[in-house]
Amino acid sequence: MAKRIDVSGLTAYYGSHKAIEDISMTVEPRSVTAFIGPSGCGKSTFLRTLNRMHEVTPGGRVEGKVLLDGDDLYASGIDPVNVRRTVGMVFQRPNPFPTMSIFDNVAAGLRLNGSYKKAELAEIVEKSLKGANLWNEVKDRLNKPGSGLSGGQQQRLCIARAIAVEPQVLLMDEPCSALDPISTLAIEDLIGELKERFTIVIVTHNMQQAARVSDRTAFFNLAAVGQPGKLVEIDETERIFSNPSVQATEDYISGRFG
Amino acid sequence: MSTTAPTAQAVTPDTLRAPRLPRWASPLVALGSAAAAVGVGLGTGLHSRVQWGLIAALLFVVASYVLATVVEGKRQAKDRFATSMVWMTFLLAVIPLASLIWETVERGSKVFSPYFLSHSMGVVADREVGGGINHAIIGTLQQVALASLIAVPIGLLTAIYLVEYGRGKLAKAVTFFVDVMTGIPSIVAGLFVLSFWILILGFDFSGWAGAMALSILMMPVVVRSTEEMLKLVPNELREASLALGVPKWRTILKVVLPTAIGGITTGVMLAVARIAGETAPVLLLVWVNPFINTNPFDGAQGSLPLYIYQQYAAGSEASYDRAWAAALALIGFIMILNLVARGIARWKAPKTGR
Repeated sequence: MAKRIDVSGLTAYYGSHKAIEDISMTVEPRSVTAFIGPSGCGKSTFLRTLNRMHEVTPGGRVEGKVLLDGDDLYASGIDPVNVRRTVGMVFQRPNPFPTMSIFDNVAAGLRLNGSYKKAELAEIVEKSLKGANLWNEVKDRLNKPGSGLSGGQQQRLCIARAIAVEPQVLLMDEPCSALDPISTLAIEDLIGELKERFTIVIVTHNMQQAARVSDRTAFFNLAAVGQPGKLVEIDETERIFSNPSVQATEDYISGRFG
Repeated sequence: MSTTAPTAQAVTPDTLRAPRLPRWASPLVALGSAAAAVGVGLGTGLHSRVQWGLIAALLFVVASYVLATVVEGKRQAKDRFATSMVWMTFLLAVIPLASLIWETVERGSKVFSPYFLSHSMGVVADREVGGGINHAIIGTLQQVALASLIAVPIGLLTAIYLVEYGRGKLAKAVTFFVDVMTGIPSIVAGLFVLSFWILILGFDFSGWAGAMALSILMMPVVVRSTEEMLKLVPNELREASLALGVPKWRTILKVVLPTAIGGITTGVMLAVARIAGETAPVLLLVWVNPFINTNPFDGAQGSLPLYIYQQYAAGSEASYDRAWAAALALIGFIMILNLVARGIARWKAPKTGR
């Protein structure tokens, strides 16, 4: 189910602007990998290169290799649509489809990709909502619009929507930055459960969160504003937060940055 | 202590209270200025009600400004001045509209009846009483429907191309030509189809020829309004859909368009309303036919704007009445279209309820 990601020599551009440069790392399957680093250092850009969402932005292009269990995502003949079905994504701001009910939101990925029987869909929707710890809160109002939920519930709805298509990898771009501590806790618990089944990569600005949820942590940094972001180091989370091998990481984590 | 640097004390008021005019002051001033205007008008022998109204407006603006300056202070007075100016301009804009509708209803209701709607002018001479607009309604409905059938799909697809796909030179050129098309006078569109379809290709006058000219006028309006609506759809929704592995065309069809459908419908309806009242191209291309012709592809047809023009030009008492009644029918038709559009927009709008 879960897959390993090997990135080598990845450089991403927006037009002529180089956003990240020469990044190589390995993301282990069935684990949580956290990306930390200052704003603008290219964490989100790097995350979006992992399911070819980067190229959706006008001018976005990539050099280098991203291997998903040995298959290069950027090889010719690879369909980005299939890549995104395999590598799901949850965004910073909850973005349920406003025209769809809660049920339809979760079923969207399946329904828009093929036809399913009603009973089958209902089963998958229930499983996904349970997987996202949202089932008990919404089971009586599955036909109400998804945008009527609270922010935390909407974000869990988006997670349910993402896991309903059974991806191999789940990318999360600051999934808790718009949420209160209680909703954040719910999502962090959820991440702990989801890593049994998926490979999870999470971008976060919250160092405690990275320490709490992740097995491995990658620290990104940029030399100066306008310079491309680079991977400083990636290691076991415990090591990064107790005894990092690079001075810059320690400075950033302890708040002595810049 | 007293010699320290200046503090915010200087601008902080001693009390949060401020004198306010009572709520009934504004209506009272309005009433007073209206009465004064009537007095001035009668006293100086001004006959025009427009002059009375202008005097009343001027008095109201000045009086409320002075009163507010005395009681409430300068800042509040400026606020009241701006508010009263906004109200005055609002009234100025509404008066022509209200008087137009009043005039049309008053004069048009004389002969407006089920008989009028269900009969044509086939055997009625222009100076005779009787007859109706059935042939014109059929003509207008068919011409507008045909024009929409051409313009709406092309307009929608152009807007989708511009917002979702268009990059670089081609998109810029398309945008430019849409802008140019917006500015085409309706008579020019009519002349274009006249010279191309009727004079060069040799076809006869018909509803279809008029519909082609109308569609030229409608297309840029549809493109512009749809473009704006599609731009309002947040990018996050597109990304959410793409990230689920949904192909781009399905994302547009199933996520982007449904989110914007309310606004798009309103835009299309407004474009329909715009062309339903066009006279010039219809005059050139549909010609006039007092008989009912239900085939828009063969021969001259009637049309509401044309009927109004032609009946008014005929110049008899009976034809004046018919022209006004037809104008009433045209306004009613456009109003119904607008209401339907609003209904659809409300019904289809993204719901936020719990």
